[in-house]
Amino acid sequence: MACTCGGHNEALFAQLDKVIEQHKDQKGSLISVLHKAQGIFGYLPEEVQAYIAEKMDVPLSEIYGVVTFYALFTMNKKGKYTFNVCLGTACYVKGSGKLLEKLQEELGIGVGETTEDGMFSIECCRCVGACGLAPVVTINDKVHGHLVPEDIPALIAEIKAAEQN
Amino acid sequence: MEMVNVMIDGVSVQVEAGSTVLQAAQKAGINIPTLCYLKDVNQLGACRVCLVEVKGAKALQPSCVYPVREGLEVYTNTAKVREARKGVVELLLSNHPSDCLNCVRSGNCELQQLAHQMGIRKVRFTGEQSTFPVDDRSVAIVRDPNKCVYCRRCEAVCKNVQGVNILGGIGRGFNSIVGPAFGHALDEINCTLCGQCINVCPTGALAEKDDTQKVWDALADESKHVVVQFSPAVRIAISEEFGLPYGTISTGKLVAALRRMGFNKVFDTNWSADLTIMEEGNELLDRLQNGGTLPMITSCSPGWVKYCENHYPEQLGHLSTAKSPQAMFGAMVKTYYPQTDGIDPASIYSVSVMPCTAKKYEAARPELCDSGYRDVDAVITVREMARMIKQAGIDFVNLPDEECDAPMGLGTGAATIFGTTGGVMEAALRTVYEVVTGKTLPRLELEDVRGTMGEIKEATIDLDGTPVKVAVANTLARAKEIMEEVKAGTADYTFIEIMACPNGCVGGGGTPIVDALTRTKLPEDYRALRAKGLYNDDENLPIRKSHENPFITAVYENFLGEPLGHKSHELLHTHYTPRKKYNLECND
Repeated sequence: MACTCGGHNEALFAQLDKVIEQHKDQKGSLISVLHKAQGIFGYLPEEVQAYIAEKMDVPLSEIYGVVTFYALFTMNKKGKYTFNVCLGTACYVKGSGKLLEKLQEELGIGVGETTEDGMFSIECCRCVGACGLAPVVTINDKVHGHLVPEDIPALIAEIKAAEQN
Repeated sequence: MEMVNVMIDGVSVQVEAGSTVLQAAQKAGINIPTLCYLKDVNQLGACRVCLVEVKGAKALQPSCVYPVREGLEVYTNTAKVREARKGVVELLLSNHPSDCLNCVRSGNCELQQLAHQMGIRKVRFTGEQSTFPVDDRSVAIVRDPNKCVYCRRCEAVCKNVQGVNILGGIGRGFNSIVGPAFGHALDEINCTLCGQCINVCPTGALAEKDDTQKVWDALADESKHVVVQFSPAVRIAISEEFGLPYGTISTGKLVAALRRMGFNKVFDTNWSADLTIMEEGNELLDRLQNGGTLPMITSCSPGWVKYCENHYPEQLGHLSTAKSPQAMFGAMVKTYYPQTDGIDPASIYSVSVMPCTAKKYEAARPELCDSGYRDVDAVITVREMARMIKQAGIDFVNLPDEECDAPMGLGTGAATIFGTTGGVMEAALRTVYEVVTGKTLPRLELEDVRGTMGEIKEATIDLDGTPVKVAVANTLARAKEIMEEVKAGTADYTFIEIMACPNGCVGGGGTPIVDALTRTKLPEDYRALRAKGLYNDDENLPIRKSHENPFITAVYENFLGEPLGHKSHELLHTHYTPRKKYNLECND
């Protein structure tokens, strides 16, 4: 493929091959493939999009169009820990907007971005199905509920401490 | 053919089943305004400018995609319809630069026409304005996303007609844009700079890079000896810019106009097209006799050459090494011509007028400087040439017919048909046949290779017992089909002609823009009408075979020696550069 840097694990592309193989002849399967590709690589870098374009015979411009249309897809490499702030109705009225502001302020990055040390990313979503715990932030797969902005520094500090040990 | 009866604004018409309301209305004598619709290119129903009231339907319907059915009743001019369309156009205008006065498309902008037609004197909506960067990096095309109306006609032509697929919708909402992936500029990617996107753009979002000032500056510089060449299709296409019918031959008037603008010598690319036939025809014979790479493929079309470099870099050996007529002219005008006229080659400024945007890129290729200078200094499209003639105040239509200058101003009928699909092939075969067989062609017109837009033609020519199979393709989508066969080794052709643009140069990205309504009203495709003009030109010219051009014979006798000789190799042949399909940033 076009990327020759060897930075990406061959094994990951082998996984992607399997996904493409499954969906190859299915019409309208591009979004599924991109979704799974993002699951494999954590994000959708240029070379992964070009790889899918070639293997599925879909124009790269179309793939890039889909990737930039849906907020779910990202071209930024995710950090080791992704804070996902729920902006669904229940969380939002309970103040998740404030949580997001605080998080951006503390980490010094915006939504969809990753800290320079590759440790933290911020994402938003619409409802994780835990409205009873609103407002909710997930860190990777772990749900944190009933948060107030003042809880944010502690959550970050906790991860940093764990990483140092 | 099944016909259905429909009623449009009280007028009953019979149309073919499967037609759209838009087509039915046109048959009823009603022009529904459109914006994203473009015959044979784009039919999306996206812009909502063509909304109509359909009896029984709850909402207004886009007529360009709404199919007719028996008994359908449609109203195209109700208060509701007018208000809705006006609202749509006003919303577009609310985020469109209002620099019409100094926009390149002023006077032939479809958005401007719509606003005028709908009587919009004030835009009711105000809001944020897009501030996208303008991509003016390439030497050929300028893309200004701020003037984009999201009709996606450029995307459709790039995808469906050319199969190059570099343009697409990016992002969503207010920040959406139509452009290449990853925000790349056109010169960073596999864009061929064919300019088909410009020809279909309703506004000034896509335009040629304007080089007219460079030419004016050269003309004003007394130390420069400014010469000009114009390609086959230009003599036809320029006519439309001055209101003459499609297909009108304006060679004589164009020569007169160029002379009045101050060009020191007016030459003709047809002369170097004949030279191309001599070199390319002999190259073909050489490849046949000496086991060279076959099929040999033409290399006149710079959009096609760039496409081949990006998409089939491993197949570049198939391309004829003969330079294009523009490039051959460029090399000769600063070597051969100074010898005949005692001019200092360093003082020569060489301008070319082309139906093509990719020719700007070709002229800027670093390798094309075999004369010891830049072979071609400036390339301007037919549109730019027309603007210059108008700026000079020249009454084009009433000019007398004048003739080009010697020794590079005479071309044959074979050269003139270079401007349409199949023309290079036909011209080459007229010469190759006579060189090989020593006999005169029984009939000059080789209809088998004369194609139409987006068509692949095949023919077998009998060269004194040796059958030579040839193919002709136009548009890059068709080129791809041929190249897949070449790549797979299943193409049993000896010689292939490929032109990047629909119908060849007459459909080039530098030709006059034909708006959506005119395209639907013309009895025939406008490119086919232009091609007819070229074939008429061929029939009317006294000499119709390249090898019979006395000025070509003279150049071999006095300067070049023989086709494929040492000097020819130095000046008239070139090499190609393998390039990548994608330009990817590596995130690791």
